[in-house]
Amino acid sequence: MSTESIAWPSTPVESRSFVDRLHEWIATVDHKRLGILYMIYALVFLMIAGIEATVIRIQLIRPHNDFVSPQVFNRLFTMHGTTMIFFVIMPFLFGFANYLMPLMIGARDMAFPRLNAFSFWMTVFGGLLLYFSVVGANGLYGAGNAPDVGWFAYAPLTSRTFSIGHSTDFWTLALLVSGVGSIGTAVNIIATVLCLRCPGMTLAKMPLFAWLNLVMAGLVILCVSPLTAAQMMLVIDRYLGGHFFDTQAGGSAVIWMHFFWVFGHPEVYVLVLPAFAFASEIIPVFSRKPIFGYPVMVGATVAIGFISMSVWAHHMFTVGMSSAANNFFVISTMAIAVPTGIKIFNWLATMWGGKIEFKTPMLFCIAFLFQFLVAGLTGIMQGAAPFDWHLGNSYFVVAHFHYVIVGGILFCLFGAFYYWFPKMTGKMYDETLGKLHFWLFLIGFHLTFDFMHIPGLLGMPRRIYTYEPGRGWDTWNLIVTIGVFFQAAGILVFLGNLIWSYFRGKVAGNDPWDAWTLEWSTNSPPPVYNFASIPEVKSRRPLWDLKHPDDPDWEYE
Amino acid sequence: MNAISTTPPPAELEWELPERGRVAMFALIAAEAAIFSIFVVAYLFYIGKSLSGPIPAEVLSPPFLYTVCLLSSSLTIHFAAKRIRSGNVRSFGAWWLLTIVLGAIFLYGTASEWHRLIYEDGLTITTNLFGTTYYSLVGLHGFHVVVGLLGLTTVMVFTLFGTVKQEHAERIDVLSLYWHFVDAVWIVVFTVVYIIGR
Amino acid sequence: MRLRGSNKWRFLGSQILVFVWSASAAFADAAPPFSPTNIFAPASTPAKAIFGLSLFVLAVTGVIFLVVFSLLLYSVVKFRKRKSDDGREPPQVYGSNQVELAWTIIPILIVVALFMATARVIASVQKAARPDNAIEVVAIGHQFWWEYRYPALGVVTANELHVPVSNDNHPTPTFIKLLSADTDHSFWVPRLAGKTDLIPNHPNSMWIDPHEPGIYLGQCAQYCGTQHAKMLLRVYVQQRAEFDGWIQQQRQPATVSNAVSQGQRIFETTACINCHTVAGTVANGHFGPDLTHLMSRDTIAAGAAMNTPENLQQWITNPDAIKPGSLMPAMQLSDQDLNALTAYLETLR
Repeated sequence: MSTESIAWPSTPVESRSFVDRLHEWIATVDHKRLGILYMIYALVFLMIAGIEATVIRIQLIRPHNDFVSPQVFNRLFTMHGTTMIFFVIMPFLFGFANYLMPLMIGARDMAFPRLNAFSFWMTVFGGLLLYFSVVGANGLYGAGNAPDVGWFAYAPLTSRTFSIGHSTDFWTLALLVSGVGSIGTAVNIIATVLCLRCPGMTLAKMPLFAWLNLVMAGLVILCVSPLTAAQMMLVIDRYLGGHFFDTQAGGSAVIWMHFFWVFGHPEVYVLVLPAFAFASEIIPVFSRKPIFGYPVMVGATVAIGFISMSVWAHHMFTVGMSSAANNFFVISTMAIAVPTGIKIFNWLATMWGGKIEFKTPMLFCIAFLFQFLVAGLTGIMQGAAPFDWHLGNSYFVVAHFHYVIVGGILFCLFGAFYYWFPKMTGKMYDETLGKLHFWLFLIGFHLTFDFMHIPGLLGMPRRIYTYEPGRGWDTWNLIVTIGVFFQAAGILVFLGNLIWSYFRGKVAGNDPWDAWTLEWSTNSPPPVYNFASIPEVKSRRPLWDLKHPDDPDWEYE
Repeated sequence: MNAISTTPPPAELEWELPERGRVAMFALIAAEAAIFSIFVVAYLFYIGKSLSGPIPAEVLSPPFLYTVCLLSSSLTIHFAAKRIRSGNVRSFGAWWLLTIVLGAIFLYGTASEWHRLIYEDGLTITTNLFGTTYYSLVGLHGFHVVVGLLGLTTVMVFTLFGTVKQEHAERIDVLSLYWHFVDAVWIVVFTVVYIIGR
Repeated sequence: MRLRGSNKWRFLGSQILVFVWSASAAFADAAPPFSPTNIFAPASTPAKAIFGLSLFVLAVTGVIFLVVFSLLLYSVVKFRKRKSDDGREPPQVYGSNQVELAWTIIPILIVVALFMATARVIASVQKAARPDNAIEVVAIGHQFWWEYRYPALGVVTANELHVPVSNDNHPTPTFIKLLSADTDHSFWVPRLAGKTDLIPNHPNSMWIDPHEPGIYLGQCAQYCGTQHAKMLLRVYVQQRAEFDGWIQQQRQPATVSNAVSQGQRIFETTACINCHTVAGTVANGHFGPDLTHLMSRDTIAAGAAMNTPENLQQWITNPDAIKPGSLMPAMQLSDQDLNALTAYLETLR
């Protein structure tokens, strides 16, 4: 492996037993190991939730299908949504943040390593609790069933009257527990970014990755807490006889919606900002140019963070709010498109005039740009409230948010995996397999989610286990389902590539991409202490300065 | 406030970033404030909407004495923190103990008020919307007081064993930030429940 | 065809608008055979208002898409690393204030235009005046069926809503008050109006003024439990005379016939009357649909099955076969009782 960095004098290391090595991983507080644990955890749940989605799509492949019963279907879509958001995407993003943040800011670990481990295990426990419901919840119809109230669990469907047994409680408690983990991670990220940057790295000189995760962490603090509060209220209703959402006692079902979406909307920015972070690191490197408009990118990020706290009721346009309220949320929703669009333009400008290399990470990020553009525009369509009176709660929404989460966030995540895999493992992934994964997944994604918009436009609501023939939805649902298999194939290629390359990949070296941020200055994989000595930086691209001493960035920034 | 430095600062770069404990506590306070805000919003929203049962004006009387105790405890903890920063551990211990006592008196006040509400006025969390929102909000605050008191008591025990020193002043400061937050929340809760809501 | 400068863009813009317009028109024209629930085939003023707005929004977003898409495509093609590359880094450009300003101001202007168009339609739908001759309906959502009451006309029915056709010269819209008896539901008949939710303890209101007679389809659009998928909507838009006739018929109490007295007795002595009402008899239950004029409906179980004798029998003895998870219990009846009961139900016209 690499010999460039100073290491401790070598002492003979006895081979440790499997149990010892397992214990090391379970008891670790090292941010790199926790990051990898998060990623492995998320990959496992990606498979599980992907299977849930596949079963859903098989059931919907034709009208009046009976592949699964309505009860099972309703549990499937609830579990699929809840799992993907809380136990796939968030752990992936927290994993990357934990792994990369200290390396990118020149620190030795996160600010609170033990809090880091605690937060990870809370997330794990939450996921296990959610899935334990499959065997552990006793419903009216038999031993054990998963929650079936939808991932946003509207009241009063979640009251004891309409949700008999404990399945809803598993939903509530699993998210309460993992929410504690999320808040812990957010506190850790904020403290790390604000307190552990290496000398010279002012806030204006830290990588966009750090900025985006900082704002994301702030959003987690402000938005996961309302969900926690709402879930406490739900528990009080279900177990202590409270009336928060008890419409029979004068309570309000709408107030649950407000509380939930005050969480739910910033949550999607929690999911997307780290994806933007990946794109903001990958696109410059593979265009061979610095990110265009760094200060504007920071400003846009902060603006998105603020505005995202004010748009939540665009999920409630059909609920019967006053026209004044509807107007307010139309304007705030459209307003947030401005900084988001600015970001797309800045990435475009980064590529403009560059020398683009189409390696796998860049392929995924380029696809992200096209797809996120579409996703943003379908978002604008729904932001026009009367249009949303049709589009809302239909398959158009389902297509839109999958376009964001899969077409935007997951594509960037794949890009991030390929980009940082050499750093984390010291090995290069196989480029041919990477491209195969890309094309398979791209085809599958577009087959499924492009065509999914159409049933929505033709009146198909969401969360239905079957549909009537003769409404013009049949063919489109068939195409949507076919796309799933291409995506599954792509993911299998991805997993195979990761595993094969881990064992048999070519040695990567410190800096296989000729990149410019601090993580590429240390070994691959980095030693436990990250850096032999804490670096001192003068610009946003410290390695550019080292590689181009005659033309350093800090003369231009 | 800081210990006086005996070595000159390094020639090249002055690099001072905030203390991580303090930043983390502010972040935690922000999260807790968001949780409380939701309960406050629910309380305000449901004012006057109970379909039956006792209403606030009938059963609530503002707990001025206990409020004064709790808010004074912010003052006493402030003095305690000042003492430990200047190295006066004994005086710190006294003010710290006083803080705990004042907090405990406040908890006793809440408990006795609840006892009266439940057994004399017949108001429980299940009675009506007022009951649900009242016990949840005041209870959530009381829970935070309990957690705070646990933290304060732990420090008290360590102080009595002599392990708390001047170098721990920063950590004491961070903990007292939490306590100040608890008191600030009480100001909001008191206003919403006993003034606006009545 | 080569066009110079701005003409090129105007031409392109007009082509786009034509494309969008004809695509939507194609959707719209093809509506009845293509899809009876096509949102681009409006047949009532609220739906038309939304349709107009949607065309504007689609045109604007369409233009944005084409412009940005083209720029992205161009940049990815033009600035790719060539094989003949000399290995030097390209010019390092850090930003440009003018460009940033441009692509901030223009989107803001677009947002303002979109908002103004949207606000206008919100007002036209939400603040529409209610004329005196409007038909008033109260729709109550249940798990998993629709209850309809016409308070001024003294009619209670279920699942199939009848309204008179309206024309612009003498509009007779129908204003629907939306309530719920249990969880959240949503009333969505795309060709007539956008969806509005039915939320317990939170009355909502919507209106329709269909311009053409016919049957309009839709379904519940807010997840309400196990059988959310089969809480279907059928709105029958009729000529005024026909509608008045239907109202008259619905106001009558149930027809009584001695021939089916055995069936009636079974109905009134088993659990049926706990949930169902048959006007003019002792059956006065409110948990399930009013059955006084059951046979005047084309479907049963909120559209889950056609109203045929076989389906009716199936529904009574084994509702899970039609709508698993619905709240209709399976009645344990002997074949003889079942036939008698069905014979009775079939007299409820």
